[in-house]
Amino acid sequence: MTFGSAKDKEVVKAFWTKLAPKADDVGADALSRMLAVYPQTKTYFAHWKDLSPGSAPVKKHGKTVMGGVADAVGKIDDLTAGLLDLSELHAFTLRVDPANFKILSHNILVVLAIVFPNEFTPEVHVALDKFLGALSRALAEKYR
Amino acid sequence: MKQLGLLVTMQPSVKEKNAAMVEWTEQERSIITNIFGNLDYEDVGSKALSRCLIVYPWTQRYFASFGNLYNAEAIKTNPNIAAHGTKVLHGLDRAVKNMDNIKATYAELSVLHSEKLHVDPDNFKLLADCLTIVIAAKLGSAFSPEIQATFQKFLAVVVSALGRQYH
Repeated sequence: MTFGSAKDKEVVKAFWTKLAPKADDVGADALSRMLAVYPQTKTYFAHWKDLSPGSAPVKKHGKTVMGGVADAVGKIDDLTAGLLDLSELHAFTLRVDPANFKILSHNILVVLAIVFPNEFTPEVHVALDKFLGALSRALAEKYR
Repeated sequence: MKQLGLLVTMQPSVKEKNAAMVEWTEQERSIITNIFGNLDYEDVGSKALSRCLIVYPWTQRYFASFGNLYNAEAIKTNPNIAAHGTKVLHGLDRAVKNMDNIKATYAELSVLHSEKLHVDPDNFKLLADCLTIVIAAKLGSAFSPEIQATFQKFLAVVVSALGRQYH
């Protein structure tokens, strides 16, 4: 999966350096919002004791998810190859409907707007939206 | 007599019609009125529309007569876009004032967007997402998950109403 122009990659990588130190918090907040705003996503976490915003399992999982995003930034030149294992995990073990990738991506963007009101410009927004879209497609590669 | 019975069962009762309406809690109503009550329409409206045109460039198709849209800077400083964004945001006031009847409130606007403006209704969702992001940036952490849920519910109802009269 090829993603974007050289400029797009530059913008994503530059923004990631700002984001990286806050990645865990961003992940936890994005996940909290996803569960609150799109309650159907809770069906994947029925095994958690606490699904409330900022709960321990939500925080832990937010960190895991952002670890995956960090990994993807590092493999931005070939997301399909880079995310092969993660794609297999989501396809065969987790079996998350790929429509939910879009939902989580949206909530990540909302949190970025909150945490970086000045740096999350429209130009950064479009590059990140494209990146998260490409990431989602790479994640869905192994589904069928 | 049999035919009369059939007629009676075919009409939706008042109860059934009301059941189809969107329900709002007191808390949801006050969240929406608070957001719009404290809004800088010119700032948020122009930012939301220009962000939409930058993030989803195909939406520029509806603004060919608005002047220079060649790059992000041009879009962000275009006075026609700014004015139009403000206008669109004020259009949401009608829904805020008529939360129990958004569908009827926007019937005419829906026809306008379909018959005259020929806007693909998918675009309403794109603008709604950009508006959510601009409001999030403005309100910061005060834009809690719960408030986000209410705001997105409101926008979803508006978007649905605006697409209702397309045929």
